[in-house]
Amino acid sequence: MLALTSSIETPYHRWPAGVKLAIASLSVLGIYLIDSPLWLAAITWAVAAAYLVGGRRFFREGLRLSRPLWPFVVVLLVWHLIEGAPARGVALVLRLIAAVGIANLVTMTSRLDDLTDVVLRLLSPLRRIGLDPAPVGFAMAVTIRFTPVLLAKARGLREAWRARSARAPGWRIVLPLGLLAIDDAEQVAEALRARGGIGQAPPGADQ
Amino acid sequence: MERNVVMIALFAALIAVLGLIPAITLGFGVPITAQSLGVMMCGTVLGARRGALAVLLFLLLVALGLPLLAGGRGGLGVFASPTVGFLVGFPVTAFVAGLIVEKTRSLPLIVTATAGAAIGGILFMYICGIVGMAVTLDKTLAEATLLATPFLPGDAIKAVIAGMLTSALARARPASVLSRS
Repeated sequence: MLALTSSIETPYHRWPAGVKLAIASLSVLGIYLIDSPLWLAAITWAVAAAYLVGGRRFFREGLRLSRPLWPFVVVLLVWHLIEGAPARGVALVLRLIAAVGIANLVTMTSRLDDLTDVVLRLLSPLRRIGLDPAPVGFAMAVTIRFTPVLLAKARGLREAWRARSARAPGWRIVLPLGLLAIDDAEQVAEALRARGGIGQAPPGADQ
Repeated sequence: MERNVVMIALFAALIAVLGLIPAITLGFGVPITAQSLGVMMCGTVLGARRGALAVLLFLLLVALGLPLLAGGRGGLGVFASPTVGFLVGFPVTAFVAGLIVEKTRSLPLIVTATAGAAIGGILFMYICGIVGMAVTLDKTLAEATLLATPFLPGDAIKAVIAGMLTSALARARPASVLSRS
C-alpha cells in the first residue's frame, strides 16, 4: 500500500519529520486565529511558493491532493456572494486552502516510517505511567499489512456476487467481509500466541 | 492481549476497506460509502474501548499519510479541512455505540446495536461534525447543520444495517463479538 508521500524530491524531504509536524501544527492553529483577508492572501501565496520550491510537477501534485476541498470552496463563495459579503467568503476560502496546503506539505514530504517513528517516540513517555506503547506499533503494522489482503478479499466477494446477480452487491458483501476479518484476526492471534506473543518483531519489520 | 490487539488492527483495516470499495451516489452527488458503517460496527462488535481504539488506529494511519479515507483521501490535510469534526466524531461514535451494546445485555443484540449505531453514528457524530464545520467555515451551528443534513438519510440506513450485521456476526461467530462476550 502506497502512502501519499511524493516521489518528487524536495528540500523538505530532508527536514526531520518531527520538526515539520511541529511547524505545520503551529502554523495551522495560527492561521485559524487570523481574520484579515490581506494577511490570509499573503499566507496563501507563501504556501503556494513553498510548494513551487519543489517544482511545477510537485505543485500540481499538491493541488490534486487538495481536491476534496473544492466543494467547500464553491459553497463558501456562493454563500457569501448571496449574503453580499464576497470578501469574507474569499478570506475563508484562502484560510482553508492555506491550512490544508501546509498540512499536506508535511504528508507529501515525509516517509511513513519517519512519521511512525515520531508517533512512537511521542507515545514512549506512556511507559512511565505503566502503559506499553509497543502494541501500538505492532497494531499499525498488522493494519497496514492486512488492508490490501482484506481489500483483495472484498474484490473477490464482489466478483462472486456479480457472477450470480445483475444487481450491484452494495452492503450485502459487508457481512461476509466482516466474517473474513474476524477469522483472520483469530488466526493471527493464535499464531502470535504460539510464537511467544507481541514482544517479538512485528511482521514486515525486516523489510 | 494478542487477540485484542489483532482484532483492533483487523477492524481498523475493515474500516479502510469499507471506504475503498465503490460507493453508492445519491441523487445530488452525495456519496454514501460504507466507511461510517465500519466505524459503527467497530463499536457494536468490539465494544466501547476496543472499538474506539480500532477507530483511533485507523485515523492515526490516515494522519501518517495512508489514503484510507473514503475516496482515497488521507494525509494531515484532512485534519485541517472542514470535515475534521466528523473524523473526531468517528472514535466517539464507536465508543458510544459500544457502550450502549455493553450496558444493555438484557435486550436483543439487533435492537441495542441498531440503537447504539444510531445514537453514536448520528447524534454524536453529527454534533462533532457540525461543530467542526461551524469552526472551519466560520458559520453558525444552525448554518453548519444545514450543510450536514444531506448525509442524514444515508447514515440512518447505515445504522439499521449495522444493527443487522452485528446480530448476524454474533450468530455466526458468537465468541468473537467482544461487546457481548
